Amino acid sequence: MDKIQRDLLKTIADIHEVPEGAYNIRANGATDSRATTENINIVSKEDKPGIDIIIKAGTKNESVHIPVIISETGLKDLVYNDFYIGDDADVVIVAGCGIHNCGTELSQHDGIHTFHVGKNARVKYIEKHYGENDEDATGENVMNPTTIVYVEEGGYMEMETTQIKGIDSTVRDTKAYIQGEGAKLVVRDKLMTHGRQHADAIFDVEMNGFESTCDLISRAVARDDSTQTFKANIIGNAKCSSHTECDAIIMDNAKISASPEIVANDLDAALIHEAAIGRIAGEQLIKLMTLGLSQEAAEQEIIAGFLK
Amino acid sequence: MLELKNVSFEIKDEKDNDKEIIRDISLEIDNNKFIAITGPNGGGKSTLAKLIVGIYEPTSGQIIFNGQDITHMSITDRAKAGISFAFQQPVRFKGIKVKDLINYAAGRQLSIAAACHFLSEVGLCARDYIDRDVDASLSGGEIKRIEIATLLARNTELSVLDEPEAGIDLWSFSNLIKVFEKMREERERSIIIISHQERILNIADEIVVLKDGQIVAQGPKDGILPELLKGTEGCRFYQ
Repeated sequence: MDKIQRDLLKTIADIHEVPEGAYNIRANGATDSRATTENINIVSKEDKPGIDIIIKAGTKNESVHIPVIISETGLKDLVYNDFYIGDDADVVIVAGCGIHNCGTELSQHDGIHTFHVGKNARVKYIEKHYGENDEDATGENVMNPTTIVYVEEGGYMEMETTQIKGIDSTVRDTKAYIQGEGAKLVVRDKLMTHGRQHADAIFDVEMNGFESTCDLISRAVARDDSTQTFKANIIGNAKCSSHTECDAIIMDNAKISASPEIVANDLDAALIHEAAIGRIAGEQLIKLMTLGLSQEAAEQEIIAGFLK
Repeated sequence: MLELKNVSFEIKDEKDNDKEIIRDISLEIDNNKFIAITGPNGGGKSTLAKLIVGIYEPTSGQIIFNGQDITHMSITDRAKAGISFAFQQPVRFKGIKVKDLINYAAGRQLSIAAACHFLSEVGLCARDYIDRDVDASLSGGEIKRIEIATLLARNTELSVLDEPEAGIDLWSFSNLIKVFEKMREERERSIIIISHQERILNIADEIVVLKDGQIVAQGPKDGILPELLKGTEGCRFYQ
């Protein structure tokens, strides 16, 4: 692995050398290295590109890293990764994709991740998407992550998904089925677009479990001439509660559209959606300027805090 | 230290006519002085504060700070020159923590202990607040006190406070009075406080009464305060 690849790994998965525990590093469309543990097995798929990650019931305090890095221009990578998290397990899964584009061709990674969260299992899923180009390299970086989540009785899935820089076009599609009684989904999505980038974020959540809950917070910043769309559709089919929040800052000539939808198909479904789009509040800038920050520094701090 | 020379400020009203909010105000504030600005609502007090800190720019006149003409200086440059401001309604953020705000105010990364010191000064149990977001979860009284803690962290030559008493309960208020007194005594700083509160006016060296954008009375506390305390009804400054 060369320096560019190592830097990408550090950015997206905070990995310096070989990660602890189970891992599968995919570089330029092929497996670079892999490790399994007694409780976590990783198996290549036979019928299509991708891996199965099988986590034994009762596995506690273990982590899996499955980063993907692309450092060739013009490479189009598609993977199917399926996660089977056994009952009562408690694990952290770190994914993420980094593209370093050194040429003029489009580099693309489409990852389709499916999670089966077992009964009373807890999963924290961290995903970072990042792109960078060599100077004068005009090749576009595209990432289209699809995430499908099934949460069984008493299960808990927390997703922390971030795309801050360097991705020219993305469709981030998340579908969740909160199936079991008392199952819970928490999503913290952070997105920033620059230049002429475009991002679509789509969340479809079906709440089928009795007393299931969903807490989805999306924070987005669109700068320059970039555009974003946000669509969330939360369907309550049982006694359940959900809170969705889409909060966005627009700057320069950027445009954002948000379409929240909540559907209650059960009398005891309690669904809330909050959505707000606007420029940085003038009074926030003024406040930080009265503390001695320049307008640019104040903007930076406000954005950094907003996306923290 | 601070001098306002014939400062006026006009805005356009709904009918696009010029409306004068501040009319030809001249005012001198010396080093190490505690000045209270009072007067009826709508008299121009907050506007005057915002002209001093640079949120508004005068339509005419000059503002001199330590011999330097700051009339057209930006908010940031005035802050760096040594002017601090506590908002009447402190600003709330998303994702900015109390310790971030105190660090910005201090102009450097403080140790947690140092940052906590400023919160303790304004009567907040520091460890409960230092990691809190400066957002809607803070009560009006809490955020007002954090606002004043940022002034202490800034420790500038001049502090301008716009109605620091608003939204603060009585118990906290007594402590804040002590904070203001301490600010002046220990730090030898000048303070301009906009206030309607007798107890604040009572610790001022000088009181300025502002009405309809003009200074209608100005002088040492002992001369002005008794007149103000005759009751709003009978007070000539409030009529």
